[in-house]
Amino acid sequence: MKPIEKQVPESEAWSLILRPDAGWWDLHLGDLWRYRDLVTLFVRRDFIAQFKQTVLGPAWFVLQPLLTTAMFTVVFGNIARISTDGLPKILFYLPGNILWGCFAGCLSSTSDTFIANAYLFGKVYFPRLSVPVSVTLSQLLKLGLQFLFFLPFLAYYSITETGIRLTWAAALLPALVLILAALSLGTGLLISSMTTKYRDLRFLVQFGIQLAMYTTTVIYPLGAIQGGKARYFILANPMTPVIETFRYGFLGKGVFSWWHLGYSALVAALLLLVGTVVFTRVERTFMDTV
Amino acid sequence: MSDVVIRAEGLGKQYRLGEIGTGTLSHDLNRWWARVRGRPDPLVKVTETGRSFRKNRMPDLDSASCEDTVWALKEVSFEVRKGEALGIIGRNGAGKSTLLKILSRITAPTTGRVKINGRIASLLEVGTGFHPELTGRENLFLNGAILGMTRAETAAKFDEIVDFSGCERFIDTPVKRYSSGMYVRLAFAVAAHLEPEILIVDEVLAVGDGEFQKKCLGKMQDVAGHGRTVLFVSHNMSAVSKLCNRGLLLQNGTVLFGGEIASAISCYTDQGRKIPSRLEYEDMHQAPGDHIARLKSVELLDGEGRAVSLIDIRKPVTVEIKYWHLDHRECPTAILHFKDELNNTLLATNEFNAKEWKDVHRAAGLITARCHVPGNLFAEGRIIVLLAINSYNPSMSHVYEDDAISFEVVDHSVGDGVRGPVTGPWPGLMRPWLNWETQRA
Repeated sequence: MKPIEKQVPESEAWSLILRPDAGWWDLHLGDLWRYRDLVTLFVRRDFIAQFKQTVLGPAWFVLQPLLTTAMFTVVFGNIARISTDGLPKILFYLPGNILWGCFAGCLSSTSDTFIANAYLFGKVYFPRLSVPVSVTLSQLLKLGLQFLFFLPFLAYYSITETGIRLTWAAALLPALVLILAALSLGTGLLISSMTTKYRDLRFLVQFGIQLAMYTTTVIYPLGAIQGGKARYFILANPMTPVIETFRYGFLGKGVFSWWHLGYSALVAALLLLVGTVVFTRVERTFMDTV
Repeated sequence: MSDVVIRAEGLGKQYRLGEIGTGTLSHDLNRWWARVRGRPDPLVKVTETGRSFRKNRMPDLDSASCEDTVWALKEVSFEVRKGEALGIIGRNGAGKSTLLKILSRITAPTTGRVKINGRIASLLEVGTGFHPELTGRENLFLNGAILGMTRAETAAKFDEIVDFSGCERFIDTPVKRYSSGMYVRLAFAVAAHLEPEILIVDEVLAVGDGEFQKKCLGKMQDVAGHGRTVLFVSHNMSAVSKLCNRGLLLQNGTVLFGGEIASAISCYTDQGRKIPSRLEYEDMHQAPGDHIARLKSVELLDGEGRAVSLIDIRKPVTVEIKYWHLDHRECPTAILHFKDELNNTLLATNEFNAKEWKDVHRAAGLITARCHVPGNLFAEGRIIVLLAINSYNPSMSHVYEDDAISFEVVDHSVGDGVRGPVTGPWPGLMRPWLNWETQRA
């Protein structure tokens, strides 16, 4: 079925060529940049639409992690008496909840990209990546708000309690955010590409995110895990070093290691790369299968 | 640089029939695991003869077998030049939508390639991506961005767009509170102010009221008039012929005709119920009829005597019938019935209205009868002509061709037709020009 190639003089500059077999590295990132206004508008839409006709509005952003933290404090702290590394329970659980909440939110909404937007994608072309990218950005914005909310708690406890100190590792915050974003976006892209064919993955994702939280150090300190195998298992989750570094930076407790963080960064970069490549490949024809 | 803005070369699109994949991950994993171990596919049923076939006719993922696939488009090649308005026409399932999807980058072709020069905007639907919770203003920017405008471009045209939509008062109200009419108007206003070099439009004209269709058409004519390129897909031959200067007729995924719009439309019309615009029998003995009269030909001629199949609603047209009159003792006469597509007979007319032949016994030979149909008589649409040759006293039918020929009537009138300046739908099976008289009482 090979079409006869007509020799066209190269002097003809085409602004766009549509062909069946685009290269693996043809990612159209330039297109994404050209549609940057669309990305910001998507972010705005997500923000505005989420809280229209709600009484508390954006307060829900901080209420979510706060209520989860309160629950963890009661269940894991007071009832199960899991160590919090000598930190006040709220201060221990809150950062973990915020970071994991951001990761989970990002992953679950990006992994639904194709199915949730099938109708829109079937009607008009725009760089498909702009949807997951904008979702990630709005999750990061939310993370920023929650971080600001975390600061008064930090200030209060550093006055009333001893042993809480800011370390130099707090300066790694931008890197942590980047790793988190790349991890969730990359995984989300991969999963969304696969869900066009395997719908069952959607259920797996919702369920898997909940389970995966227990393999990070959201509810226990890494220092408390001394058994070799369990420790490796927990460290294998690339979100663990992110949470640990955050705790080490802002609270002075936790395990910090360049190796751990480097591993997270590497996994994040790889996932993002593979996710983007696969996503770009799938987006070309997913309308035929979805 | 040449002025070709779109060049499609050997374009093909293959779809799989039936279910895509096996539906579940476990089936695919099973199959993969079996392959790894070198075992036969566990999901293939093996018949006694050893021939294997897939459960539920599921397509083989490894080697797409021919029976399970269908080519929605095959070897489609065409060129569109700058400033052309190309009408893409064809019956349902001809591949129009698939072609449109490929051109607007919604899906990639299976074979061939399309080269495009210039910014493309496709309008397969208006209001794509509107969010009900957002206000008109917010949606306007969002929709503009989805259609490829930058924020600055939308902002620059904001007032114009709002004005065009007529929704000024509600611009800060969430669109979920809009009436459906307002919703469509706002959505179309955004689309209308896109300024792409190439505009691809699907049958958006099929929705909305007459007023809206008029606005839509007018805006598209505007676009086409400004040296930009329009690709228009529609079933509405009248709109296509009004708007486009070139046509691409698709049939079963291949190009049946590409060229002048009038020829494309007549080709389309002929293809439909297989009723041609002219009928001719060379050999008298093969022609329908009997020992008294046999049909030679029937065709449609315009004012200059050229054979046509598409007529302007305002212009007169002639149906020319030739038949062999074989028995001078009889007096056969041609009858025409003009019918619409739903087979309603609009009118019937008989050759015996010609004064020169009335009740006169004529000599045998080849007869040419012409029926002059005035302009401003039929409504727009397809007209099917029934032809019969009868003689009376006693009544006898010699020739009876139910769907002898057909032609398309299109309304190009610009204020000088029956409909005057009205562009919406005009009721009635016929559209004759009647004389009106008005005076002050």
